[in-house]
Order: sequence, then C-alpha cells, then structure tokens
Amino acid sequence: MKEYIDTGKKDTRSGFGAGLTELGKSNPNVVALCADLTGSLKMDDFKANHPERFFQVGIAEANMIGLAAGLTIGGKIPFTGTFANFSTGRVYDQIRQSVAYSHKNVKICASHAGLTLGEDGATHQILEDIGLMKMLPGMTVINPCDYNQTKAATIAIADHHGPVYLRFGRPSVPNFTLADEPFVIGKAITLTHGQDVTIVATGHLVWEALEAAKTLAEQGISAEVINMHTIKPLDTVCLLESVAKTGCVVTAEEHNYLGGLGESVARELSQNNPAPQEFVATQDTFGESGTPAQLMEKYGLNAAAIVAKAQKVISRK
Amino acid sequence: MPNINALEDLVIQVRRDILRQVHKVNSGHPGGSLGCAEFFVALFQEIMHRNDGFDMNGHGEDLFFLSNGHISPVFYSVLARSGYFPVEELNTFRLLNSRLQGHPTTHEGLPGVRVASGSLGQGISVATGAALAKKLNQDTQLVYTLCGDGELQEGQNWEAIMYAASNHVDNLIVTVDYNGQQIDGSLDDVLSLGNLRAKFEAFGWLVIDIKDGNDLSSVIAGLKSAQEHTGKGKPICVLMHTVMGNGVDFMMHTHAWHGKAPNDDQLAMALAQNPETLGDY
Repeated sequence: MKEYIDTGKKDTRSGFGAGLTELGKSNPNVVALCADLTGSLKMDDFKANHPERFFQVGIAEANMIGLAAGLTIGGKIPFTGTFANFSTGRVYDQIRQSVAYSHKNVKICASHAGLTLGEDGATHQILEDIGLMKMLPGMTVINPCDYNQTKAATIAIADHHGPVYLRFGRPSVPNFTLADEPFVIGKAITLTHGQDVTIVATGHLVWEALEAAKTLAEQGISAEVINMHTIKPLDTVCLLESVAKTGCVVTAEEHNYLGGLGESVARELSQNNPAPQEFVATQDTFGESGTPAQLMEKYGLNAAAIVAKAQKVISRK
Repeated sequence: MPNINALEDLVIQVRRDILRQVHKVNSGHPGGSLGCAEFFVALFQEIMHRNDGFDMNGHGEDLFFLSNGHISPVFYSVLARSGYFPVEELNTFRLLNSRLQGHPTTHEGLPGVRVASGSLGQGISVATGAALAKKLNQDTQLVYTLCGDGELQEGQNWEAIMYAASNHVDNLIVTVDYNGQQIDGSLDDVLSLGNLRAKFEAFGWLVIDIKDGNDLSSVIAGLKSAQEHTGKGKPICVLMHTVMGNGVDFMMHTHAWHGKAPNDDQLAMALAQNPETLGDY
C-alpha cells in the first residue's frame, strides 16, 4: 500500500491564505473581502500586499456577499472570507439570489468548518454547510484535505468561472499531499488501491482514512481510499469504478450525515450501483465545546471510527 | 434640455405597458411600478450614460440595479422601450419559458438586468460592490439603484448603508421609492422608518429630496442634482416621494394595488385614463 508522509502539521486555513497570496501576485482581478476575521482567515498577507484590493466589511456578512456579487460586475473575482457558519447559514438567501441564481463569479471561502473549530462550541461549529451549498444550482463545493491541497484549490478556483464554496478549517492536521500536485475541480484522487472496501473521504477525514487503511491492512483488509475533495460536482466515474471493484463503501466527512458527502455518494450509488454504505459523519446533532481531538473521538469522526464502519460494511456485502 | 413632452408620452405608454402586462397574467405588482414610471423614464432616457447593447461588466457606462424586484413591470417596459429587447417580448411577462420572470433575473439572459432581485434588501449591497469595481477599474461612470421604502426594513440595507458611507463610495446614487406603503398597509402602521432623512444623514450620506417623484421635471432635476454631488466623498441618497399607483385614479394613495392585477373592466378604465401614445406592444 502506498505510504503517505506527514511533512508536518499545518492548518488548512493557512493553505487558503498562502493561495490567496499567490493569487494576489498572479491575478490582478482577484479581490478579497473579510468580515472582521482577517487574522483567523490568514488573509493578512493579501491585505498588506494589496490594500486597494482588500475590503474589510466589518461584522456584516450579508452585505459582504452582496458586495462580492457587485464586484464581479466589472470583472473582479471576489474571495469572501469568514467562518463557515457565517459564510453559509447566516447568508443563505444572499448567496442564493445575488450569487448562485445570478451566476456571479464569487468564491465563498469558509474557515473553521465543522467540529474541529473546537472550544468555541456549537454556535460556531457548522455541520450543515456542505448540504446548504451543494443544494444551490450551479454551486461548486470543495473541501480540501490539507494545507497543500487547500492552497492549490484556492488558486484553482480563481480560474473557474462561477460560484464556488471552498471549505477548510482551523486545526493543524498532517500535510501530506505534494506541494506541486495540481488541483483539478471535480477530479477525485485515489490515494490507495484496494479490493475489499472503498473509503470516500473529504477534508480532515482524508488523513484519518489513510490511517484507517493502514489498520485495516494489518487485519488483511485492502481498502481503496479516495480523496473526494470536490463534493459537487461529484466524481462519479471514480466512485463507481471503485465500488464496482470493492462492492461496498464507507464515506467519511466532518459534517452531518444529512446533506453531506455521504448522501451524495448514496444517491449516486442508488441510481447506478446499489451497494452497502456506512457513514462516518455526525448523526443529526449539534457539536459542543472541547478540543478538536476530543470532539472527533466523541462524535466518531476518526480513523478508529472508519475502521469500525469498514468492518461493518464489508460484513454486509 | 430634454424634450419633456416626448418623455411624458413615454411615461404614459409605460403605464399602459405595466397595466397590460399584469392584467394578461392576472398577477404582478402594478402599484409600485406605476409610482416609479417617471423615475425609470428619467433615468434611462435622460440621466444614465448607457453604451449601445448590453454587456454585463458595463465598462464605461452607468449601471442600474433594481433592488425591489417586484416592480419588474416598469423595469421591463422601460428596458424594452430603451432598446434592450423587443417591446413585443412584454407579451411574455410571467409566462412559462419567458425571459421576463416575475422578478428580474440574469438567469434567462435578459439584457439590461445585472443581478436577480426579489428577495428584498440586497440591491444596495450589490450596487455598492459594483461601484467599488468601477473605482478599481478607474471607471468614472456612476452606479444607480432603486429600493423600496418598505424594503429598508431589511437589516442588510443598513449594513450596506454603513459600509458605503464609511468607505466613501461616492459614485453611488441610491433612490428610495418613498411612497409610504407596503403590502400590509402604510409603513407607519407596519413598521415605521422614523425620520429616514436623519437616518441616512446619521450614517454619513448626502440626502436629496424629490418632493414630487411623479413629476418628470422634478425627477430629472433631482437626479441631476444627485449626479453633481457625486465624487465628493459621500454616497448619495435620493428620497423620492411618490404615489403608489400613480396615473390611475382608483389605484392611487392605497396599498391595495401593491400586488394585485386589474380585471377587464378595471383595465379598461385605467387605460382610458392613459391614452396610447407611442403604440402598444
């Protein structure tokens, strides 16, 4: 089984900040907006280097989305930055009408998604954002797995014309994808090849899936781990090819099992290749305060949970 | 000087277009549309610098955003009669497969529309963003938006109003259709805006009144005054006092025709008060 090396833990939000810094140099049409969380979103570099292209909007997210929609008229490519909760649920109608329905080229960049926001608790730990965003017609939804991939995704979405939701997070997690690996929207990456079970993971759960695959290998179970960084459009070719081989699937995401990656996978399989599926996801619940590791353990979002679900789904074949 | 008589003729024809659009499909919003006929004619015929054709980015031309999208009948009529699409297309208002959706949208590619509106309170934000883009592009043309007075009950407006003043977005002219009515009754009965001029001024805007927003010359003069005040560090608010349902006596001074279409008899009476001028579509 292919080994992946953690080159040092980094936060995905810093990957976003680094990507935005690159875009500041390479694409004069890129502008950035932030709702009083510049440091948290790692947008300081862009702000310092391009003050004329950085818009501090204050604690006013609805206006931020509208401003971004307007900035596209004139050819700008706005990147909005705030926490995932305030990037989606708080401004759903603004995104729906002024961005998605109006097909504006806005990149909604959302940090602190999911439980791993940690101690701030459930008010800030949105676990519904993937669902909210993927239901909007024309919206692309991306949840990269580590620093390098978040940086690459940030750069890639500037070249995609249309609204994008880019989801990332706060904690430091293993950085294991290659720095020069190109990011292709909608093209999943098969990280390990296996015969017994497909593990489709997104975001922070991708590393956990790789850890799970190692444990499963020790038990004689060969797992195929897919990094489904783009939830919409879903790479159905990659998914169906893998499940045709393995006959079962575990989906893993830091999100509610309602509305997330797992549901997208289930819908695709139900139509084209019904197969047993288990969900590593939160079970229609809010989060709570705690350290990221404690929360991922309590809510069953780690390698051990993936191993257990893999064993279960194989038994259902 | 504008040919006021010709523009007055256009206003009357626009009223007919509004009434006929909503009557045909027995739905839509004639009240606010009629109240803003003079504004739209003035804006598109006299005030805005517009390029030929329609380009979404609108480089080198003035831009307009309709925030209170429900008054689409007046918007569509004036867009068509300003050359953005054939006037015959007004026949398709609110019909299946039409570009003239109940509320304006870019989704079907209707020329002249730059953003969807209908869910209220979003237009000032979008217009402010477009004004910022113009500044970045060193484009000295202006951005206009129209919003309803009742619409100002939506909180997002005040985020945008605060932002535009704080950031000296002085290439932006927001006109408020100040007719004092909303669906459930008068503004003061539903949720009072209090002293709207004082509110805008307290937020740092320059406020201009158009005391009779249904007098074409007053509207043109007011908007020209607004233009002259741009570029001086403050966004401009035009409080345009209008009468909902203007030009049709039984529709005036009431919220009853906010979102109701006339029946056949009512249409005949309304059209009789506004004889055909430039030709019906």
